[in-house]
Amino acid sequence: MMLPVNFKIVRAHLLSRKRQTIIAMLGVTFGIGMFILMMSFMKGMNDFFENIMLSVTPDIRIYNDYKTDYSFSVAQQYFGESPQSWIVIRHPRPKQITLNLKNAPGIISDLHKFNEIQVVSPLVSAQLLFNYGPVQLGIVVDGVDIREEDRLFGLSDKMNGGRPENLLTTNNGILLGYKLANKLNVNIGDMVTAITPSGVQSRFRVVGTYKFGISIMDEYKAYISLASMQQLLGKNRDYITDIRLKLKDMKNAAALASSLARKYRYKAEDWETVNASVKAGNLIRDTFTYVLSFTLLLIAGFGIYNIMNMVIMGKMKDIAILKAEGFAKKDIVQIFLSQSLCIGLVGAVAGLLLGFLLSYALSLVSWPEDEWIVIKHFPVNFNSLYYVVGLIFGLLTTALAGLLPALKASRVDPVAILRG
Amino acid sequence: MAQAVLTAEKLNKYFYDPAMIHVLHDVSLSVCEGEFVCIMGKSGCGKSTLLYLLSTLDTAYEGALYINGIRVTGLDENDLAHFRNKHIGFVFQFHFLLPEFTALENVMLPALKLGKLNPKEAEEYAIEKLRQMDMHEHARKLSGKLSGGQQQRVAIARALINDPKIIMADEPTGNLDSTNTAIIFNIFDQLVKEGNTIITVTHDHDFAAKSNRILEMADGQIKS
Ligand SMILES: Nc1ncnc2c1ncn2[C@@H]1O[C@H](COP(=O)(O)OP(=O)(O)O)[C@@H](O)[C@H]1O
Ligand SMILES: [Mg+2]
Repeated sequence: MMLPVNFKIVRAHLLSRKRQTIIAMLGVTFGIGMFILMMSFMKGMNDFFENIMLSVTPDIRIYNDYKTDYSFSVAQQYFGESPQSWIVIRHPRPKQITLNLKNAPGIISDLHKFNEIQVVSPLVSAQLLFNYGPVQLGIVVDGVDIREEDRLFGLSDKMNGGRPENLLTTNNGILLGYKLANKLNVNIGDMVTAITPSGVQSRFRVVGTYKFGISIMDEYKAYISLASMQQLLGKNRDYITDIRLKLKDMKNAAALASSLARKYRYKAEDWETVNASVKAGNLIRDTFTYVLSFTLLLIAGFGIYNIMNMVIMGKMKDIAILKAEGFAKKDIVQIFLSQSLCIGLVGAVAGLLLGFLLSYALSLVSWPEDEWIVIKHFPVNFNSLYYVVGLIFGLLTTALAGLLPALKASRVDPVAILRG
Repeated sequence: MAQAVLTAEKLNKYFYDPAMIHVLHDVSLSVCEGEFVCIMGKSGCGKSTLLYLLSTLDTAYEGALYINGIRVTGLDENDLAHFRNKHIGFVFQFHFLLPEFTALENVMLPALKLGKLNPKEAEEYAIEKLRQMDMHEHARKLSGKLSGGQQQRVAIARALINDPKIIMADEPTGNLDSTNTAIIFNIFDQLVKEGNTIITVTHDHDFAAKSNRILEMADGQIKS
């Protein structure tokens, strides 16, 4: 009852046409609700993919990216150098390449000196063939220092059975992805036979299975100890092909990677470069969400614009009377703009609630069975930032949509109306 | 002679649409405190146009207008709105009330706008004004539910709520039957007796006969 007079009029106007008011509010409610739902879901997806990606990507990977220098050729030694003749060599092949990092132990101990670096995990990887009856499965087997690998990827938390440390205590132990173990039809304690590309055969005892929730790890990957792998490949104890790093702050990866590459003269890749496609996917989803939400709000804005224009058409006489009574232009703007803002505020708050309920409901829906990734429910990110953005979005749209009609109302010439 | 409340000097008014017409020619007049002035004349001679100029609703004219010693010609819209709110009560030919509000609220709005009275005082004063119009029993009814004569009485109460310096009325009985016309005339008699300054347009000679002064208009000029 103690409202300022302009707001008494606002309230009377809004209540006198409840249906129109509610319809206008619903427009905003759906716009904001959808915005919240889309943002929460898309962000949930982004987070999910990013987590999957990070769970199998080291912050930095240092390896020997063999690029043979073809400017020099043995052909010269045979034909000699002569200015009169051309020597054309098609498809040159390197005579000998080494995949390993020379002086790997030196690099590793140097890397340990960096404050910034938390984990240094060396790796020798090879594609091995596993016999399953007459079929041979090609599996990437990583020879690792399992303690470091555990700290790098949190293997302990992902074990389905057994413990990563079993690799250290068992002679020729192997950790299998749970899907691979199923495929090979083996359990912990069973033996599997693996063959190297060069034909060396070896038997391993399964000491654990793990589940990352992503096929490349669970179905096509196995872990053995670094020493077993070096032995299998017939290499010495210093033979290391990759060094993977975990940093205290992964945001510094790109900068550190390039300085490490320069220092050791090997290729150093950071996680962002490796997973550029995931980043691009995130960007596309974000853009899509914003465009769609903006469109929905724009439509709601047009709805409000239309309704307020209609209201003002029907209220010409009232505006003229108010002006004759002594209400100024700014009062008229306030009266009609406030109506839009009321619609916007109530509609937006209802929209936030709707959005929350919808995204909560979505987070309970189970994700369809998937071969490649393991995910139980639709991923939803409940970030309060989207709710703030949604509210601001809603108020801005309604303010803009209401401003033009309100200004039009304030310019009504009372004399022209009162004359009849 | 008493103090002049309103003085108009050489008002000229043109309309440009559809064709240019010169509606008011050098209209000058002066109204004193407590005076009851009637404007009469044939339909279309410019009476309403003049009243809209005097009420400050229409600002597109040549000449000068002083009300209550203030030159209102040239004031900006917001100042004029405040000025109207405080000093001028207007009664239209068509009893314009706001349909979403009760009779009482219609009367209160100008007082709330002025803000001199708090809402409670404004309500009390509005009821007093309605009682004066014998409309207090209908105070809580929505204005649309009232008859034409009742609405016009509410409109008069609304014009009086801020104790204006001048009350202006444009054919206040133009749309009413004889019974209601008689009621409205009685109310105006009462207002005159109370010492209000009134300018009204009318076609009724009996009504005009009670006034202090009759301004005869013809072709946009005041003849007498
Ligand atoms: N908005 C307008 N545009 C053009 N001409 C108008 C307008 N309003 C009034 N007129 C003309 O001005 C003249 C005076 O009108 P008005 O003041 O309403 O006369 P009255 O009230 O004396 O009957 C009339 O000829 C009318 O046609
Ligand atoms: Mg008229």
